Amino acid sequence: MVDVRYQTEFTLYPYQKVTEQDAPAPVRHPVAIIGGGPVGMGMALDLGLKNIPCVVLDDHDGVGTGSRAICFAKRTLEICDRLGACDPMVDKGVIWSVGKVFRENRQIYEFNLLPEDGHKHPAFINLQQPYFEKYLVERIHEVQARGTPIEIRGRNRVQALEIRDDHAALAIDTPDGPYEMEADWLIACDGARSAIRGLMGLSFEGRVFEDNFLICDVRMKADFPTERRFWFNPPFNPGQSVLLHKQPDDIWRIDFQLGRDIDRQAVVRPGFYEPRVNAMLEGVKWTPEWVSVYTFQCASMEKYRHGRVFFAGDSAHQVSPFGARGCNGGMQDVDNLAWKLALVIEGKAGDALLDSYHTERKHGAEENIMNSSRTTDFMTPRTGIAKLFRESVLDLVEHTPAMRPLVNSGRLSVPCTYDGSPLNGPDAPGLPRRTRPGSTLADAPVEGGWLIDRTGGTFRLLAIGCAAETVEANGITARVLDVAATDVIRSRYLGRARQAIYLIRPDQIIAARWTGFDADAVASAIKHATAG
Amino acid sequence: MTGLSDTPNIADADGFYQELLSAHENLSEAESHALNARLVLVLCNHVGDRKVIREALELAKRAG
Repeated sequence: MVDVRYQTEFTLYPYQKVTEQDAPAPVRHPVAIIGGGPVGMGMALDLGLKNIPCVVLDDHDGVGTGSRAICFAKRTLEICDRLGACDPMVDKGVIWSVGKVFRENRQIYEFNLLPEDGHKHPAFINLQQPYFEKYLVERIHEVQARGTPIEIRGRNRVQALEIRDDHAALAIDTPDGPYEMEADWLIACDGARSAIRGLMGLSFEGRVFEDNFLICDVRMKADFPTERRFWFNPPFNPGQSVLLHKQPDDIWRIDFQLGRDIDRQAVVRPGFYEPRVNAMLEGVKWTPEWVSVYTFQCASMEKYRHGRVFFAGDSAHQVSPFGARGCNGGMQDVDNLAWKLALVIEGKAGDALLDSYHTERKHGAEENIMNSSRTTDFMTPRTGIAKLFRESVLDLVEHTPAMRPLVNSGRLSVPCTYDGSPLNGPDAPGLPRRTRPGSTLADAPVEGGWLIDRTGGTFRLLAIGCAAETVEANGITARVLDVAATDVIRSRYLGRARQAIYLIRPDQIIAARWTGFDADAVASAIKHATAG
Repeated sequence: MTGLSDTPNIADADGFYQELLSAHENLSEAESHALNARLVLVLCNHVGDRKVIREALELAKRAG
């Protein structure tokens, strides 16, 4: 039996029996991905598009119902764009970049997450997670039709797992009974309560926050501007905070902070939330779409790679929701792992490259956990003195802009820079800090489109204001993209230099840079970036 | 520049804030008061300029 753990919003991959289930011996697959959430589906798409056959095993047959992630960051959109799934997301999503912070009824602070021009994608879109997943799966169906080797198996639940020398052996349950499967590589994308992590007996340690939050997704027609609004101590939720976000389909997310000791049954009743929502919306007509209480924790596995098994997304690391660093962080795991695993499977890189997945993404997860924990500590001061400092910051910020950086209502997801990564190659003095090795490519308009569209998927060489030639090393090719030194390119890539060469990884991370072209230096940087 | 600065001036503001709160970790209320008082005195000495200190005092009083 495969139990149904939750309701699905969209049925996308109904269970179908495959011949493999009756095979006399287990069939071996190059890659098995466990979990069909955004990270699992993104991983399948990224690997499949690199022509690496993979099979996704999900114990449901579609996308779960209810409110989960809603804020998708620019970097996630860039990754999805590379995978060909971005357009419907941006079409459906609500684009925003401005956040406003209020204390009681007074606006004390406003910020813009994308204060500069010259980027293809917006700072953020808000989109209900079920749509995000649906568009990824629809993209998978589209590429499957032209032969991309991705298979999705709905209502296939992993019951047991054995790690052997050169593969993982899986026992799987289905509505037609159990079967066995083998996989050279296993990627666990099965969420914060990862069954794979449990089957392997691995720990997931961190910090539980003792606060409760009430999500009210409400449907209403309102002409509030499209911006993130955050209140400290508003009259409609005294002593606590409130967050408001617009979503597609006239749905608005309201997040009420509740405090520590609450009656979880009472707060989801209309008698509790209706007066609060009414007071907040001041006469606007609304209907409830989804109401639930949540608490959260920050936690991380010690290692994200265990031999032939990788953990990605919430199975590896979990953050508090403030800052939208959960799903966005998970998509960066996809971005980081897929090209490395593909190169190893193709025999173009050694096994050690895969260790850098752990090194780099643990660095990213720690930054995400640090940021979301600091936000939580500001919103929910743990001690009297912490509360005193928080209130003092808010008192002062109404009188001086000097205190603005200390107001923390969420530090919204931006990709980390892999400073100190073993894959980073040479840097050249004098070039801008924001594009140093380990940084994510900074988008910019280039002739005929966007830099972000002209890179990714393979190694590329940006030749800015000088000539370069295609470089090959270990069977890996970096073709040249000639980039004119416009003002935007100058400020993001040249600084005071007249010319520069940038080596860009398949995940659009800057691997190395120079102020002149030297084929041998580039070849050695490619080897370094794929050696681990 | 003269007078009290009105512009953000602390590098890695979130890191600073965490460090400040960490210094108070496990202190009693009286100990926290005393720590804050010592900190004010040390920082005022660092600033030195009486005009700036007076403006800071006025701002802190006004904002309360």
